[in-house]
Amino acid sequence: MADALATGLGLKPEHFDDAVRARADGLWFEVHPENHLVAGGPRLAWLEAVRERHPLSLHGVSLSLAGEAPLDAAHLRRLAALVRRLQPALVSEHLAWSRFAGGWLPDLLPFPRTTQALQRIAARIAQAQDVLGRPIAIENPSHYLRLPGHLWDEIEFLQELARRTGCTLLLDVNNVHVSAHNLGFDAGEWIDRFPAELVSEVHLAGHSTDPVLGDALLVDSHDAPVAPAVWALYRRFVQRAGARPTLIERDGNVPPFAELLAERATAQAIAACRAGDEEAFA
Amino acid sequence: MTDFQEAFAQALLSEAAPEDGPLRDVFAQPAFAVYRNTVLKGCIDALEANFPTLARLVGSDWFRSAALAYVRAQPPRDSRLLAYGDEGFGGFVQSLPSAAELPYLVGIARADSLWRACHVAANASVLPTGLLARLAPDDLATRVLRPHPATQWAWFDDLPVASLWSHERAGEAVPPTLAWCGEGLLFTRDDGAVRWQSLPRAGCAFLEACAAGHPLAEAAQHALDLDPDIPFAPVLQQLLCAGAFTEEPLP
Repeated sequence: MADALATGLGLKPEHFDDAVRARADGLWFEVHPENHLVAGGPRLAWLEAVRERHPLSLHGVSLSLAGEAPLDAAHLRRLAALVRRLQPALVSEHLAWSRFAGGWLPDLLPFPRTTQALQRIAARIAQAQDVLGRPIAIENPSHYLRLPGHLWDEIEFLQELARRTGCTLLLDVNNVHVSAHNLGFDAGEWIDRFPAELVSEVHLAGHSTDPVLGDALLVDSHDAPVAPAVWALYRRFVQRAGARPTLIERDGNVPPFAELLAERATAQAIAACRAGDEEAFA
Repeated sequence: MTDFQEAFAQALLSEAAPEDGPLRDVFAQPAFAVYRNTVLKGCIDALEANFPTLARLVGSDWFRSAALAYVRAQPPRDSRLLAYGDEGFGGFVQSLPSAAELPYLVGIARADSLWRACHVAANASVLPTGLLARLAPDDLATRVLRPHPATQWAWFDDLPVASLWSHERAGEAVPPTLAWCGEGLLFTRDDGAVRWQSLPRAGCAFLEACAAGHPLAEAAQHALDLDPDIPFAPVLQQLLCAGAFTEEPLP
């Protein structure tokens, strides 16, 4: 099923009607399942209406796979029920944590990449995949901090998780750009090293500069169009690896649906360019 | 560094991160504020989305300031932000010294919670309005009516919470003639949309008794014991017309 996916759009409530009406080859939609883990009512009905017409991707933001605290078994069961109900084409989560002994925090938090962390996260991913009954894709998060104690390179860490658990990888190109800028590494070189054969999905999004620190710190804000530098990194990846199901994410300053479709067309043109159709992108 | 995440989380929720300890160099980085801002904004936005009528009534600045204090005192227990605040936000807000003159805030918060409970409740068929009329009197008396999963209700003693909430929710001015007495509020879901109306105390008591599994005659008597001055038939008719019951059997 995933073979039929071209470029998809993050789905916002204000675009549900547009999404149901939209007709385009390979179009799909992605949502955060957390907004739809309900017993019934319109939140499920909307999603099922979209699902009847388009492939769907569930992109979780709260499993806390990198957490020291155990996974929230009740949350995982609710997520599994939604997966059974919607039969999404893709299911993904982040290499991050959000759950701690005192509760849960709505962010994708960093951790030192130690071997102990690798073993713990591999076990968590395996547990999640067992309950969900399918492999999931793990996304590289945005980085802002220089953390002490990293023993593993991030790409090698992700690769090892995939080797141990059979999970795939979600390459977020905007996160690579943001992290490279903030931590001072070469985004192009990083993209070139990323194991293309493990990538089941690509994310593209906009970012912003920090309101206090300005250009010194980029924030993965998803509130702007995809930046030229991110398009360039995407082209670089696609030219090496070929097209993958690709998502345009937009969570803030949400523009009219037509503007998102225009960004989608840009992504489609880049993918077509790799396919040998140079004129499509010219 | 086994306590890394616990220390990181506590530093995010505190007003100022610790200046000593093994993570001081992490917390001292200006970029740490990105995580703190994201966490606090995410929690406060969730509360504002969950309690929109309360937020409108007190104004965004007051609301977000109260929400920030609540987040620091009681961060979300789990990832269900759709339910964040249901357990204590109304009481927390009501306990703030600046809320002393506004005794209805906890009731407004409760009504916002009931709206959401109605919005996300399970689907079920609605008991048709004419069904009871076709029953023989004895069958009617022993019939157990089951509230629809989406049906939510509350009686607010002494305060016109239903009127205040309904006007604020609809963006209307509260009439100056508002009677300062207790009111009930009923939420039902019609074709996916949450509807609300005021409900007499007898209606709230009747629904309570039905939810506890009492047959219709007993539930009606319970309602009349509490609210003896009201004719019961129109109350039952109001609940049936609102689609407050389901015809599906108990699970």
